[in-house]
Amino acid sequence: MSIAQATPQVAAPTVVNAAVDRSKLTEKISIRNLDFYYGDAKALKGITLPLYGGLVTAFIGPSGCGKSTLLRILNRMYDLYPNQRAEGEVLFDGENLLSPKQDLNHLRARVGMVFQKPTPFPMTIFENIAFGIRLYERLSKSEINDRVESALRRAALWDEVKDKLMANGLSLSGGQQQRLCIARTVAVRPEVILFDEPCSALDPISTAKIEELIDELKEDYTIAIVTHNMQQAARVSDYTAFMYLGELVEFDPTSKIFTTPNDPRTQDYITGRFG
Amino acid sequence: MTDHTAKAFDADLQDLGRMVAEMGGLAERQICDSIDALAKRDVTLAQRTVAQDSQIDALQREIEERAILTIARRQPMAVDLREIVASLRIANDLERIGDLAKNIGKRVVALDAEFQSQKLIRGLEHMADLVLNQIKDVLDSYARRDANKALEVWRGDEEIDAVNNSLFRELLTYMLEDPRNITVCIHLLFCAKNIERMGDHATNIAETVHYMVEGRVLADERPKGDTTSYAVAAHN
Repeated sequence: MSIAQATPQVAAPTVVNAAVDRSKLTEKISIRNLDFYYGDAKALKGITLPLYGGLVTAFIGPSGCGKSTLLRILNRMYDLYPNQRAEGEVLFDGENLLSPKQDLNHLRARVGMVFQKPTPFPMTIFENIAFGIRLYERLSKSEINDRVESALRRAALWDEVKDKLMANGLSLSGGQQQRLCIARTVAVRPEVILFDEPCSALDPISTAKIEELIDELKEDYTIAIVTHNMQQAARVSDYTAFMYLGELVEFDPTSKIFTTPNDPRTQDYITGRFG
Repeated sequence: MTDHTAKAFDADLQDLGRMVAEMGGLAERQICDSIDALAKRDVTLAQRTVAQDSQIDALQREIEERAILTIARRQPMAVDLREIVASLRIANDLERIGDLAKNIGKRVVALDAEFQSQKLIRGLEHMADLVLNQIKDVLDSYARRDANKALEVWRGDEEIDAVNNSLFRELLTYMLEDPRNITVCIHLLFCAKNIERMGDHATNIAETVHYMVEGRVLADERPKGDTTSYAVAAHN
């Protein structure tokens, strides 16, 4: 494959068609020189990029390029597995979240995650959300009720479930289950939300609802999304990172990546010319 | 460039490119025929030119349909998207060029006056030659995805404007000399204007080709030489 030999050019991304003025952006998370290993295998190589506060950053790239790995580092999910380690720095509001001193429970409350397959707990819709809140906060019953309602409203699910809050979470449709998981994530009031292919198991209508939701959520949260759907990345994100073979090939405003990418590998990938 | 994984996408894009090239060929022929008809006062050829314009129009509609279908079906990105948008825009410009040639044909039919000036006709022919070269070059730059060549065309419109200016002055003089010349001169003036407009469409196409290849819009101000908008007739 000829494209694999092209030299990477990541260092200084240029803003040409930028919708957002980069000087006004704040780096909520700064990933610096990040390497990641599964045992001996190096899965990420010297990744440096920012996640800007209040914006959506999309990660695209072929399977195995490291985008999900990168996402899993941001809330230290990899800590759950032996033999996986990260080197480098991931500054979250200036603090290195890779530090061994990092309180993981606290981190995962601040950095929520929504997975590819909806993962409701086998309990009532109400409990699915209240459960997480109780883990982190001691609230009165009425406060919990309020929080559950506001989370469900935030996830655009309230109207559909308000009359059956005691029904099992698993009785909902796939799209509703995914919004329940988003409500569960939002309920603990995180600062960052990670979406790992949140729509790949959903129909187009549910997908549109989730995308609409992401659009609304970005006012209050910093969002990172991994997606295989190029059009989805183009629709929902402000910045896009293209990754390939564990490296960051290109990071730029989404409007630029999908119209005039710098790197030939990015162009080949997004236009369907890869491999 | 590497082929698409979906081969049918390549075929779609190639078809669009082929249709634009075909349309360009038709437009070139229309210009030649209309100018020939004008120079020889050949009403039959002029009428044929008018009639043939519908071919160009039909091809433009076909390109439009094909482009929309390709966008809907493939959701093109980056260079592919630019290529499809370019085919739409170029087809538009070529359609306008066809209309302008058709308009010259109509004027030939209307021209029945005695007045004949070989010098004027030669001037119009010369201008048309320049425009034809521009169109040929810009279609070439499109076919070869050559942004530099497109840039040359973009910058090369000034000479056409200069010829147009001198024709304008000359026609004005004939009209001042004898009011009976006015009808013919007005027709010829419009013919010159039509040819000049064709040149402008060629530069539009050049801009489109540049955008298609480079992904950047040509930002600089193009050198312009058409001063006829500011001309006044001097009465002595």
